[in-house]
Amino acid sequence: MSQGASQKIVPMIPPNSAATLLRIAGLEKIYKAKDGIDVQALQDINLDIADGEFVSIVGPSGCGKSTLLKILAGTLERSSGTVAMRGQSLNGPSRELGVVFQAPVLLPWRTVLQNVMVPIEVQKHDRARSTAKAKELLAMVGLGGFESKYPNELSGGMQQRVGICRALVHDPSFLLMDEPFGALDAMTRETMNGELQRIWSESRKTIMLVTHSIPEAVYLADRVVVMTPRPGRIVDVIAIDLPRPRRLAMQNTPEFGRFVAAIRRHFSSEGVLDA
Amino acid sequence: MSGLSDKTLGKRLIDSPLLSILVFCLFIAGWEGAVRFFEVPKIVLPTPSAIAWSFWHGFDDDNLQWHLAVTMYEIVAGFVAGAASGLLLGFVIALSPLLERIFYPYVVAFQTIPKVAVAPIVVIWFGYGVASKVVITATIAFFPVLANTIVGLRSAPHDQIEMLVTYTASRAQVFRMVRLPQALPYIFVGLDVAIVLSVIGAIVGEFVGAKAGLGYLILQKNFNFDMAGTFAILILLSVVGVGLHWLIGLAQRRIVFWLDMSGNRVMGA
Ligand SMILES: Nc1ncnc2c1ncn2[C@@H]1O[C@H](COP(=O)(O)OP(=O)(O)OP(=O)(O)O)[C@@H](O)[C@H]1O
Ligand SMILES: [Mg+2]
Repeated sequence: MSQGASQKIVPMIPPNSAATLLRIAGLEKIYKAKDGIDVQALQDINLDIADGEFVSIVGPSGCGKSTLLKILAGTLERSSGTVAMRGQSLNGPSRELGVVFQAPVLLPWRTVLQNVMVPIEVQKHDRARSTAKAKELLAMVGLGGFESKYPNELSGGMQQRVGICRALVHDPSFLLMDEPFGALDAMTRETMNGELQRIWSESRKTIMLVTHSIPEAVYLADRVVVMTPRPGRIVDVIAIDLPRPRRLAMQNTPEFGRFVAAIRRHFSSEGVLDA
Repeated sequence: MSGLSDKTLGKRLIDSPLLSILVFCLFIAGWEGAVRFFEVPKIVLPTPSAIAWSFWHGFDDDNLQWHLAVTMYEIVAGFVAGAASGLLLGFVIALSPLLERIFYPYVVAFQTIPKVAVAPIVVIWFGYGVASKVVITATIAFFPVLANTIVGLRSAPHDQIEMLVTYTASRAQVFRMVRLPQALPYIFVGLDVAIVLSVIGAIVGEFVGAKAGLGYLILQKNFNFDMAGTFAILILLSVVGVGLHWLIGLAQRRIVFWLDMSGNRVMGA
């Protein structure tokens, strides 16, 4: 059963094949450990992502999702394989990228607004225009009026939303999000899902979203990438051909339920707890 | 903060300086009473009132303010010179592992030499004036600032650096936006230790050989068996030390504001 799953052929070209933005081939990551027992975090990852595509990644804790995102963000070295962005081998961070980290990673000596402005400062974009953009984004995530607060005056979920604004402020074309809504309550989470869908459809960004919530993955994505751990690998890529724009009520339809069940099955058959 | 807070009287007393002032007054009164009651000779332990009297008349009789000014100058100039070179070398060493391997062993070796033992040499080299005291103070203030600067500049969390690099930050930007602010709390710890040691450094220098300063005055008073006068200067010195320490703390709270900002302490901690 698990054999069948792991040998399923992963499509190299996405179904709605536009120009390929990102091509990952034979990607491996082995962490050298101090105790001598190396960890194979990623094994033979092959994935093509089309320009403007929304891809969700699901998989149990420790299956290498963050590792994959860090490699794509250009801050973590890969052990082997190739990653190419628009045909160019990826060898470091890119200005086209926006990243939401699993932890908020805010700088405690900067106000909320100054934290959001970090990419603007680093990349020396126009400050006045970006400040307006930053305030807009903060209002969008429900943090209007918190611009001059400091991170340790915010709740965990609020900090995470500041991190989301920071990833968007320089208008990147490719957005990597690692569990961005994990610290949010169900209601805020649904609102944020709606906003993310709106941002994506209006700006045609390419988005890669790591999430522990299977319904969230199905609801937002064009394709859901299913990963399993030890070693971390892709066991399935499921195209979600539900019509857009998607409404919350869609989550109650049988089609939606079938996608969720198809993904969930992978984890029960692998004997791994559903996250 | 306001009168609306529901703090009890006991808690408010603990927070205010009143309590420590009260303890101080009781201590002084007990001292005065005990010395008088047991008739302790004033060559062994003077009464607080005799110390106060000596202090008061010190300004006229011994030109105390002049000696205070000399010592203050030695402390501050030595501290600034030592802290500045500690900071500078700390930056260089933290940024270059190569320079660290070349220089740091010598720095540590130099640090292990007791400065008191070096003081006589410094006095011979730089003379009996303030210059030798400034040099001795600087050598003492140097190391705590250096060590803390190095540790501080290396203390930036990996994920903060990773975040900046993700947004294509250069090495210089990472330094300015993360490493430096992260180092500030450490640097202030170094400065605080250094300022207190600077007081000691100046006095040690004056003990070895000087023409003015509070250390010089202490030696003179001791020579004349003037215990009350010696005590008066000791108290003045500790006031100087506490004042300088307080100034560093003030700057630290202004500059490293994010550390104790919330003011919401963990209960029971
Ligand atoms: N810096 C590191 N050094 C050594 N091993 C690491 C390191 N980071 C991650 N690993 C290992 O790599 C594997 C994958 O980790 P990763 O953080 O990518 O998982 P994840 O899928 O993001 O999990 P989660 O859902 O809990 O965030 C884990 O087994 C972990 O032990
Ligand atoms: Mg992770």
